[in-house]
Amino acid sequence: MGSFQSLPDDHQYRTLSQKTGFSLEQIAILHNRFKQLSQNEETLWRDDLKTIQDLESNPIRYQIIEAFFDRRNFQKDGVGSVEEIGFEEFLTVMSYFRAPAHRITEEQREEMRRAKLRFLFNMHDTDNDGTITLEEYRHVVEELLSRSGALGRETTKGIADAAMLEVASISVGPMAPDEFYEGITFEHFLKILKGTEIETRMHIRFLNMDTTVLCKQRCV
Amino acid sequence: VLIVYSLTSKEDVLFRCTVRQRYISPDTGTGHGGSHGNKDPGYAKNGNGTTYSKKPFPVLSFDYEHVRLPFEISLWVLLASLMKLGFHLIPRVSSIVPESCLLIVVGLLVGGLIKLVGEDPPVLESKIFFFYLLPPIILDAGYFMPIRQFTENLGTILMFAVVGTLWNSFFVGGLLYGVCQLEGHKLAYVDLLSCLLFGSIISAVDPVAVLAVFEEIHINELLHILVFGESLLNDAVTVVLYHLFEEYSSVGLITVTDVFLGIVCFLVVSLGGIVVGAIYGILAAFTSRFTSHTRVIEPLFVFVYSYMAYLSAEVFHLSGIMALIACGAVMRPYVEANISHKSHTTIKYFLKMWSSVSDTLIFIFLGVSTVAGPHQWNWTFVVATLIFCLVARVLGVVGLTFVINKFRIVKLTSKDQFIIAYGGLRGAIAFSLVYLLNPEHFPMRNMFLTAIITVIFFTVFVQGMTIRPLVDLLAVKKKQETKRSINEEIHTQFLDHLLTGIEDICGHYGHHHWKDKLNRFNKKYVKKCLIAGERSKEPQLIAFYHKMEMKQAIELVESGGGSKLPSALPSTVSMQNIQPKKPSQDRALPQLSKAREEEIRKILRTNLQRTRQRLRSYNRHTLIADPYEDGWNEMLIKRKKMKELEKKMNNYLTVPAPPPDSPTIARARLASDPQAWGLKSVTESIPTIKVDLASPQSPESVNVVDEFSKKGSQPKEEEGGLTMKVPSPAKQRKDKTPDEEPQQRLMRCLSDPGPAAEEEDEDEPFLP
Repeated sequence: MGSFQSLPDDHQYRTLSQKTGFSLEQIAILHNRFKQLSQNEETLWRDDLKTIQDLESNPIRYQIIEAFFDRRNFQKDGVGSVEEIGFEEFLTVMSYFRAPAHRITEEQREEMRRAKLRFLFNMHDTDNDGTITLEEYRHVVEELLSRSGALGRETTKGIADAAMLEVASISVGPMAPDEFYEGITFEHFLKILKGTEIETRMHIRFLNMDTTVLCKQRCV
Repeated sequence: VLIVYSLTSKEDVLFRCTVRQRYISPDTGTGHGGSHGNKDPGYAKNGNGTTYSKKPFPVLSFDYEHVRLPFEISLWVLLASLMKLGFHLIPRVSSIVPESCLLIVVGLLVGGLIKLVGEDPPVLESKIFFFYLLPPIILDAGYFMPIRQFTENLGTILMFAVVGTLWNSFFVGGLLYGVCQLEGHKLAYVDLLSCLLFGSIISAVDPVAVLAVFEEIHINELLHILVFGESLLNDAVTVVLYHLFEEYSSVGLITVTDVFLGIVCFLVVSLGGIVVGAIYGILAAFTSRFTSHTRVIEPLFVFVYSYMAYLSAEVFHLSGIMALIACGAVMRPYVEANISHKSHTTIKYFLKMWSSVSDTLIFIFLGVSTVAGPHQWNWTFVVATLIFCLVARVLGVVGLTFVINKFRIVKLTSKDQFIIAYGGLRGAIAFSLVYLLNPEHFPMRNMFLTAIITVIFFTVFVQGMTIRPLVDLLAVKKKQETKRSINEEIHTQFLDHLLTGIEDICGHYGHHHWKDKLNRFNKKYVKKCLIAGERSKEPQLIAFYHKMEMKQAIELVESGGGSKLPSALPSTVSMQNIQPKKPSQDRALPQLSKAREEEIRKILRTNLQRTRQRLRSYNRHTLIADPYEDGWNEMLIKRKKMKELEKKMNNYLTVPAPPPDSPTIARARLASDPQAWGLKSVTESIPTIKVDLASPQSPESVNVVDEFSKKGSQPKEEEGGLTMKVPSPAKQRKDKTPDEEPQQRLMRCLSDPGPAAEEEDEDEPFLP
């Protein structure tokens, strides 16, 4: 969406900056990175991201890559996934990892927390039914432990089950034997992770200076 | 205690009692009157080794001299511990006044008493302090340091420790020099270098005092680690400045070369200390790999290696404190993976005990030394010192925070700054350093001593006492007491990987990338070297989970086997609640983890032993294939894993694990012991359950279950485990499509009362 010329276009950058909150320099740097990954094309495909070598050792790389192509993260109320994304979507997904500004109000902080937790939730809730079922949660734990081989397989189920039980106990409280806990809804998810101060932990430092030159040798 | 000080001094007595032989009580005089080695006529009365006249054989003699040293030490330690005991028995006082203040007061009293008796009270000798009293406290702090928060805030901590201390030293030293010059005749002999030396000694925040006070106010982790980390890391700066000024104070001037060398020295001292500590830490970790057969001496290795690290660093005049911290922090993850649970507890308690005793002794001696030490009171100097210290601290913190906040994500608010500034307590290290000064080179030593003691008293008493109400007043965030939940652990790991991934996509190598690289290096090479057996491959999440389960198991056993369920998972939701009704997945049931099995096993072991014979006869039924399970292989792996886990359990509990109980035997036992029923039952991998339901006991057990569910105490989890998956009867029940449905029915049967349910229950398992 929106084709960017190879020269940075100030006006478009400014709109993006307003939308996502990045500074102009940061957008320029990220744009360079985008072009590098997409091999100077307009859109990014999944395979482009898969070529990043450092991601190979990451146990949850597929979820991360999927998150970039998930329409729910584009803040446009879409669902489903796409095959290719443009720079704007790339930037939008990246904006979830911005740090909170120094002086923000409590509401803004809360909003930011919700947005970030929503991103995490979307990563877990792959079938987009609004809840993280036991199956999906097990999948999450399995992916996390995917490097440990058969050694961990039985325990992953135990861990996922225990975690799910914990969520149920905290969110819903006492349940009769007949009742059934469908899955972790977004509200329960918020409750569970209330104490972790997501808005300050889930961030990376975006550079204000261009270091893509350094990365050229390593990344591709 | 009083009589003790009436003795004459020995050459190398630890407590430097320069006692004049003024007071010799008549009754004790016979045994030890006279100086060491002197043979008074009175001495001959005892007849020890004298041959001049034959005396009757001494049935009872009093010879204090030869136990004197250990006796005195023990007496002091006993006094310290009794004092500590006493404070907590007086409810009101201990909540207002921090312990350190009370102990100093006790020291003052004791010192006063000794002086009243006419003797010179012992002073806190620097050697004892640095070699015996300080290391336990630092090791305790270093071993249990929260590494994650420390490394996250390392930049801030270093800024405060290095730049802050430098600023403080020069500010205080310089201004004091100015004051001394202005003052005129009394203080003019204090030269600049001495003032700077004094400044460097007094500006260091003291870890002992900080720990003592902050421990009681339960402040949030960030502030705690900032102030505490600063107090530990400024040791290197203090060491360098102290040596620098001390060396050159006699010469009288410092050149630029010296300053440059000082900077190099600082780097050497701090990095060298860390390297020495790390080396010993790795040695300790490596040694602990082989201790599986001699579990009793495992704690000893931890202590001795750490102490050696401290001493080795002191040999080269490197920073011993940093060596100790590095040693403790490096060895901890590997040692904890290798040692037994009991050793772990031992280490924890010994460290806490020693550090507590040390801490108490230090404060008491501070009090005693105040009474004893040679004082030279000079109003101007002391008051100036005090004011400058406070001002320097405040200015330093504010200025540094301004700079630091530009680089931090979580900015430090002014409340945080206030607490950091206010928490800069001075303590015994400063005192000991001044005490070490040579009076010939430093004629103003006594004045320094007085000033330091005043500052210490002020910070400990005034700041220590008021910090707690101030923390409440300012509504500073307190430490969260929540237990770490498994969800948080999962998401912490998930976040780590996520952030690393995003950094890789962004293309720049930030904080997370390097941390991830370090972790991978650790996992691949270091852990294999330093951790014994298969635990080296255990991922962190699993280790955490096992630890959690273990804790719950122990809690359960301690609480009487289920009558009181552990608080971690309230017994309100069970597996059936989260198991989906629709057979949308082809996965099998929730399965009990091995650790749960072990819990049950242990509890049952303590209840009944005899039915073990019956067990073995059922083993041949255990290998029935379960078509709903993932397959044969998994089952075999599970069996193997169980055995391995049993072996692992032997690490934790020295009682050898019995062969696995069949679940129905388990239930039978549970039936007979209602107390134990609070738990979940056993595992999926032994589908013999159905066979045993034929036994006469089963109806009872079902009843018992019903009763219990009526009482409302639902089993904690995995009631699904009870639902004996019906393996081969799948053939007979083709009409019932999912395995879940009969499970569901069974589950409901077990929990709902009613005869109909019972019959159904008995019915199904009879299928062969």
